[in-house]
Amino acid sequence: MKTKTLSKTLVGSVIVGGLLATAVADAFAQAKEQFIGLPSYRVGAYAAGGSGVFGGWIDYMAMINERDGGVGGVKLTWEECETEYNNARGVECYERLKKKGSTGNSVFQPVSTGITYSVLDKVVADKIPMVTIGYGRTDAADGRVFPWVFPMITTYWSQATTMVKYIGSKEGGIDKLKGKKIVYLYHDSAFGKEGLSVLEKQSQKHGFSFVPLPVAHPGNEQQSQWLKIRQEKPDWVILWGWGVMNPTALKAAAKTGYPREKMVGVWWSGAEEDAIPAGDASKGFTAAGFNVAGPNYPVIKAIQDKVYKQNKGNMEDKSRIGSVYYNRGVVHGIITVEAIRTAQGKYGKRPLSGEEMRWGFEHIDIDAKRLKELGAEGFMPNLKITCADHEGSGLVKYQQWDGKQWKIVSDWIEPDREMVRGMIEESAAKYAKEKGITPRDCSKEG
Amino acid sequence: MQFFIEVLLGGLLSGVMYSFVALGFVLIYKASGVFNFAQGAMVFAAALTFVGFQEMGLPFPAALLAAFAVMVVLGIVTERVVLRPLVNQPPITLFMATIGLTYVIEGLAQGVWGANVRGLELGIEDVPVQWLMDSTGIGVSTFDLFGAGVAALLVTLLALFFQYTRIGRALRAVADDHQAALSIGIPLQTIWRIVWAVAGFVALVAGLIWGARNGVSFSLTFTALKALPVLILGGFTSIPGAIVGGLIIGSTEKLAEVYLGEYVGGGIDSWFPYVMALAFLLVRPEGLFGEKHIDRV
Repeated sequence: MKTKTLSKTLVGSVIVGGLLATAVADAFAQAKEQFIGLPSYRVGAYAAGGSGVFGGWIDYMAMINERDGGVGGVKLTWEECETEYNNARGVECYERLKKKGSTGNSVFQPVSTGITYSVLDKVVADKIPMVTIGYGRTDAADGRVFPWVFPMITTYWSQATTMVKYIGSKEGGIDKLKGKKIVYLYHDSAFGKEGLSVLEKQSQKHGFSFVPLPVAHPGNEQQSQWLKIRQEKPDWVILWGWGVMNPTALKAAAKTGYPREKMVGVWWSGAEEDAIPAGDASKGFTAAGFNVAGPNYPVIKAIQDKVYKQNKGNMEDKSRIGSVYYNRGVVHGIITVEAIRTAQGKYGKRPLSGEEMRWGFEHIDIDAKRLKELGAEGFMPNLKITCADHEGSGLVKYQQWDGKQWKIVSDWIEPDREMVRGMIEESAAKYAKEKGITPRDCSKEG
Repeated sequence: MQFFIEVLLGGLLSGVMYSFVALGFVLIYKASGVFNFAQGAMVFAAALTFVGFQEMGLPFPAALLAAFAVMVVLGIVTERVVLRPLVNQPPITLFMATIGLTYVIEGLAQGVWGANVRGLELGIEDVPVQWLMDSTGIGVSTFDLFGAGVAALLVTLLALFFQYTRIGRALRAVADDHQAALSIGIPLQTIWRIVWAVAGFVALVAGLIWGARNGVSFSLTFTALKALPVLILGGFTSIPGAIVGGLIIGSTEKLAEVYLGEYVGGGIDSWFPYVMALAFLLVRPEGLFGEKHIDRV
């Protein structure tokens, strides 16, 4: 009887011990995970862009887990939430994701200007950094007023000034723009209107005439605009489109006989998904980019080796690996991981909160040496973020569609920093006044 | 004057493109009194299926036949699963069901064929007719003329089908009065299946034309937005109305954008047709060619 009781006690102790050990191990494992919420869009009108960007991003994080065992021993975990590129769903996803993971969602990157505006106040209240690479609110680059928002690498305003510089270089010098005419064909939305003010200022500075022409959403019919362009006879057309507006514009240009070599597009018009549907009409079209296309970079090779060879890749269509959108997703992954690495340097190798991640983003410094170590030399520009400047280098490269693929046709082009920074500070100061925000004193920030 | 003619011609030819989509709405409304909200999704699904079959290696005619077969199956399944259980329900119930159907078709098409944007080549160049350009300076696209030709052919075929075939006559009978048609032995469910299949064919043609113009992507579902003012103007039950409505909407929206746009900030071609259609509703609620509805009380 005594033996029976003893064995019962022993069995009980083993079970309780086992459960406890499992719970501790679980808690430990959970404690060594960094959660990233991904508000992706894989269905709907912009699914092609979303599946490429989020696919590349997930693949990069999977590669870091497979190759390095995570960042500083902390595994990266993530969960997608479908936004369909819809603002209301984006807010819903933000709320759903923010409490996930051991430290809550540590960064929000919606890849949508509309969703960015919708959660702008929420990220401040919840202390979650919002990173908007190549979209969103340009004046958020003033980190003194927008400490929680990071429109990184380059903004729409920087891009617009590089477009003028690129066009100037094609005309034989920026001074040759005087007397020329540039049409700005834009998506009639907050995204499209972002370029208006800075291009207006550029036209005054360089003496070219500027003709803005809006295209109503979604932009699948542009006959009137292109007839106007035929009448205006511009020297150049800047295409500031998104989604179906881009191939429609290229087709309409061919239809009206406007040379595609005289069209320069925003980086959301410069992907394979924009050029291929327009067929031969795309040949000669040039577009901006803060990342380049192509699979021949060590970082992409590492993803193929460590992720796809193990059948763990995110992309169903493997031919899209190395496409513009895919590589843009990899850039998102690189920046997210580098922010974690930077923050771990200060706070230790453990899961980080949103506040700690914000510090990481604000101290990112990816120089040429680091880019080479990452296998991303020439893949994206250098990136250094400071308390005051949440944009970084602002550099933009241009690629031209040769009928089959994008070919790089420029070096990294510097924006008109003086003009852009002036506009950013002016606009941010106005916002701060409206909202009663006291800008941070960056000399006191650590 | 030359520019005005160019804008007008361009608008008329764009209007034909809107008519393609409007025709699908008319066919289903005419036969079943259902406003098929899913017509835009059907255009997208048809084009995506066609391109999907082409990617699998099927030649053009085989891909066309296979895509048509899929649309016929879709029509039959819609009748069996969505419409039949809702017979004798109020029109708003049927309308709501087609809203649900829209999401099902969109999701299914993308689930099967993927969300990638694809190009579609019909072998017709979308460039100005050179001799016309050289002699008059007016640019008219070869592709637009091809689209107009296809529209003319499609309307002729539909008119012959409705006028001279047994099924066509039965369709017209059902359209006129469901109860009366049933009482003389016309099988309502078979007619509905046929009409959904024909609407699927029209969606396929519209999908091919729009897909060749702008690429095959989810945005094809938005073509339905262009068809709505055409329907209001032309009438929900008239095939010629869909064509004439398309021509009027296409030409006026282009003329308005070019000549009035700059005074109101531009980009008015998205809402101008709706304003026009609403104004038209005030004068002639049944549309240009729609049937006047009289209720005896």
